[in-house]
Amino acid sequence: MTIKQKVEKIKEDLDFFEDELQKYEYIIDLGKKLDALDDKYKTPENIVHGCTSQVWLICEQKEDRLYFKGTSDAIIVKGLIYIILEIFSGEKIETLKSVDMDVVYELGLSEVITPNRQSGVIGMIKKIKELAQKA
Amino acid sequence: MFKKDFPYFKNSDIVYLDNAATTQKPQVVIDSQVEYYEKYCANTHRSSFSDANKATQKYEDSRKILKEFINASLNEEIIFTKGVSESINFVASSFTRDYKTVIISSLEHHSNIVPWHMQGRNLSQGLKVVNCDSNLNFDFEEYENILKENPNSFVSVTHISNAFGKIHDIKKIIELAHKYESVVMVDAAQSLAHTKIDVQELDVDFLAISGHKTFGPTGVGALYVKQQHLKNMKPYQTGGATIHEVDFNSSTLLDSPYKFEAGTQNIAGVIGFGEALKYITRIGYKNIETIEKDVYNYLNEELSKLPNIVFYNDIENCIGSRSFNFKNISHDDIGILLDKMKVAIRVGHHCAQPIMKKLGIRGTIRVSTAFYNDYEDINKLIKALKKALDILN
Repeated sequence: MTIKQKVEKIKEDLDFFEDELQKYEYIIDLGKKLDALDDKYKTPENIVHGCTSQVWLICEQKEDRLYFKGTSDAIIVKGLIYIILEIFSGEKIETLKSVDMDVVYELGLSEVITPNRQSGVIGMIKKIKELAQKA
Repeated sequence: MFKKDFPYFKNSDIVYLDNAATTQKPQVVIDSQVEYYEKYCANTHRSSFSDANKATQKYEDSRKILKEFINASLNEEIIFTKGVSESINFVASSFTRDYKTVIISSLEHHSNIVPWHMQGRNLSQGLKVVNCDSNLNFDFEEYENILKENPNSFVSVTHISNAFGKIHDIKKIIELAHKYESVVMVDAAQSLAHTKIDVQELDVDFLAISGHKTFGPTGVGALYVKQQHLKNMKPYQTGGATIHEVDFNSSTLLDSPYKFEAGTQNIAGVIGFGEALKYITRIGYKNIETIEKDVYNYLNEELSKLPNIVFYNDIENCIGSRSFNFKNISHDDIGILLDKMKVAIRVGHHCAQPIMKKLGIRGTIRVSTAFYNDYEDINKLIKALKKALDILN
């Protein structure tokens, strides 16, 4: 599945909820499914910049693909991390290098995925691109 | 009761509790700006046709209104700026270099910290910070000790903390500073929406004023400069409208305030700001203070009933903002969920990272009220907070 297709699938899931609050309850539930990140990885170099909440992101390379893990101190953000990892984890390094950040605006989570300077989700994708550049 | 004066409340179903960031604008303020653009849009202080004269007159009327509003002695003491940040940067750049020490408080927002860093001042080089007690009250003993060791300093303190609503006793701060031959700038960003300021009674040297936090338009504010300091102020920018005479060898500047207002100003904004001050005068600070105190106390009482709430200060000498957290819950989660329930509050560090670091937190949930907020707003906030806590727990 391409990144675009994955985004569309997640969007379909999110669009199921007509009530905005229910949508966020669903995101909170996704956050609970996020794999735990060992405290040893919660270091300054793994922090994602541009997040109002604390977010840590690490990656592991297997052949030509990157696999990400992350967590946050905020529950909704954990849900967003789950979504971001669903989209990007396991993709080829070459694909990740040229990720179009606008792709996540498709999700319609405008309150949390905004072009403003505090947007954590954009910060996460920037970090993913940086990690791909370094890999 | 006063919401009817503000079109925002007719057009939005949001419970607006982010007044420390910006206030809503009454219809009279909006109308005055529209009127300028629609009926007499011209530049000020340059052209001599009738619309230009009218624009100049209305612009200068606002200066007079502000002068009287804060009881300044002269129009020359009122300089229009973009807002509090520009006013503070202006003084930092144009006046304070001869002062070896700048004294600030630990409750300052970034606008009253960063300009001093940009001057090369930090804790080991010419910047001193007066700390606060466990209720975020200004520590006068520490302050006086710093003044004793560093007479002839420049003191720059906020009047009301945007993050916690704490009111500094600026009269006492100014009196003590003057006792030690020091000069004081007060950051009044949060003040004029809530309480009266009389610059002569306070004997303050500089006052940084916000328009948009005072029911006026964005992009406008002012700096009050006590007359005796005007001669020592150098404009940090010059150009159009500041000049008496220019040839290719030299330029001579106009007198204050014109030499400090380079370029075309936010004319509509200044006119709107004047209208905002007239609107406040019509309502009266006595009314504003009575309503606000009542709503603020109610807010505090209702918040205190919520489980696991953590406050960082009492409500003695506080107005406007109430800051808090819930144990083991991120303020960001609360902010997002309240937004979904149409309640506008602010979460985060509120541009006051140093005090957050001192308290060992990354930020707070901040509810900030104005005189148009009522019990109903607070009830809706509490209902939304309870629902958010249910979802997050």
